[in-house]
Amino acid sequence: MRLIILIDIGSTFTKVSAVDISAPALLANTKAPTTPDDVSVGLDAALSSLKETLEAQGVSRTEIENCRKLACSSAAGGLRMVAVGLVADLTAKAAKLAALGAGARVLKTYSFQLTDADKAEIEELQPDIILLAGGTDGGNQSNIIHNAKVLGSMNLGIPVVIAGNRSVSREAASYLSKSCSTYIADNVMPEIGKLQVEPARNVIRQVFMEKIIYAKGLAKASRLIEGIFMPTPAAVLRTGVLLSKGAGSVRGWGDLMIVDVGGATTDVHSIGSGNPTKPGAVVRGLPEPFSKRTVEGDLGVRVSAVPLVEVIGPHVLGERLNMETTVVQQKAQKMANNPEVLPETSEGKRFDQALGYYAAHIAVGRHVGHLKEIYTPSGVLWVQEGKDLSNVQTVIGTGGVFISNSEPLAMLRGVSQDSTTPFELRPENPTYYLDRDYLMAPIGLLAEEYPEAALSVLANSLEVLS
Amino acid sequence: METKTLVLGVIGSDVHAVGNKILEISFSEAGFNVVNLGVLVSQKEFVEAAIETNADAIMVSSLYGHAEIDCRGLREALIEAGIGDILMYIGGYLVVGSQEWSEVEEKFRNLGFDRVYPPSTLPQDVIPQLRADLGV
Repeated sequence: MRLIILIDIGSTFTKVSAVDISAPALLANTKAPTTPDDVSVGLDAALSSLKETLEAQGVSRTEIENCRKLACSSAAGGLRMVAVGLVADLTAKAAKLAALGAGARVLKTYSFQLTDADKAEIEELQPDIILLAGGTDGGNQSNIIHNAKVLGSMNLGIPVVIAGNRSVSREAASYLSKSCSTYIADNVMPEIGKLQVEPARNVIRQVFMEKIIYAKGLAKASRLIEGIFMPTPAAVLRTGVLLSKGAGSVRGWGDLMIVDVGGATTDVHSIGSGNPTKPGAVVRGLPEPFSKRTVEGDLGVRVSAVPLVEVIGPHVLGERLNMETTVVQQKAQKMANNPEVLPETSEGKRFDQALGYYAAHIAVGRHVGHLKEIYTPSGVLWVQEGKDLSNVQTVIGTGGVFISNSEPLAMLRGVSQDSTTPFELRPENPTYYLDRDYLMAPIGLLAEEYPEAALSVLANSLEVLS
Repeated sequence: METKTLVLGVIGSDVHAVGNKILEISFSEAGFNVVNLGVLVSQKEFVEAAIETNADAIMVSSLYGHAEIDCRGLREALIEAGIGDILMYIGGYLVVGSQEWSEVEEKFRNLGFDRVYPPSTLPQDVIPQLRADLGV
């Protein structure tokens, strides 16, 4: 046996799993409340209950003490970033996509020249890292230089990752180096129509490991373990890529989506090229990453229940649940005030289910590409913007709301195509899976060094729902 | 010689792709840095690409007769975006039917194009004028 302990320090719970990678299997799974003041306390608690479970299975104490312990974290607000670019639909969007793919919460994306008002806002937002882009390689230089000067004048004292026009990367860095540590990555958009997010993602991850976990007081926890390697969402995206592509003798599952409905946000990940499936469709707009992540800050089933209900429309929800509109709104407010309470009545569970359904439905609608019909002198033509995910066969639901509710499938069905969304390129007829053992993040930590074992553990754990 | 950047595309709901490719190849071979947006290009895409790439000229093609509608407001949009001085050419089947060329040319000059080319113009006729206009 070769034991590895995987740790996910979340904002509410610290989850730990023990896996055997020589005969790949999940051995044990425990969790304890995260202790925000000193995360090592909660981590200790979770680890000791894991030890008990493992010892009861006959695993020796020394083996547990000496095994590798890898972690990811979304505690202390996760990785909070601001993205800056030139044109909103081009380099600013590319910078946002890169930050999201690195597992960040993107607090705000700025385009064109930063103003005094933007400056004040950034000071207020207090991001952990700023990603500064702008200009294709050999293209516009003045904007990124202007923005570097503005950021440099602010005494931010935080890392700035520069991923813009390569002709002026160093010059931009020179304006920032007095008050910030700077890192240069390849341009997120080296030419029009070409997205290149991987280099910036990797640099952000490096900065997260070297700097951010210390700034957030997570370093104490990292003494108990080998290290905190990435933000949790980045680990989930890695798991998605591993499951999609396969490893060694274990075959991949092909294109897939992961939907993570949480209390405050809903994350959607898609792995796949998203090429058109409709004959003759023409693709327009910025190409999107093969592994793409989006986060919806207004869609969540607890802390964000009120904005979620507003997006759905209280009357729509009222009609579905046969409730007065005002009752719907009051219920949402109650859930936002008491995020830790799980519904006990059947009515409460139905309400939860409806919220979960719509959170998934709306978040996926924003993630997938769209078709537009245009009339040309040579007939009707289809224009596709974003990824066509209609042929995706695998959709995985993860997050507490799916696991605690008795009808996860009813909620996950919100992902797929229905008659109300003919122009959204959603999965048409996927198979749904449930991440019953909360493995989406931890498996990502294993993906690099032990891909085959990681994949077997995951494949055995995912539960088919349809 | 300093490399000049051209933004190239077929404007509007026009899908004629062949001439667009020929222009891309010809301009590239002539030493220009070509940013080809392809077919079905909106005004917004021309403007945004020109900003990001710090382009020196915008080369618009149209082969389906609706160029006037598609191009109206493009120069104004460029002015709004802060790059109103950029050189702008157009060529192709710009209007429907047989209209007097001088009228067509004037129409498109009034829309803000620096040079307007009739059907069947060859790239080698355009390139020297482009070089002269850009001072290279």
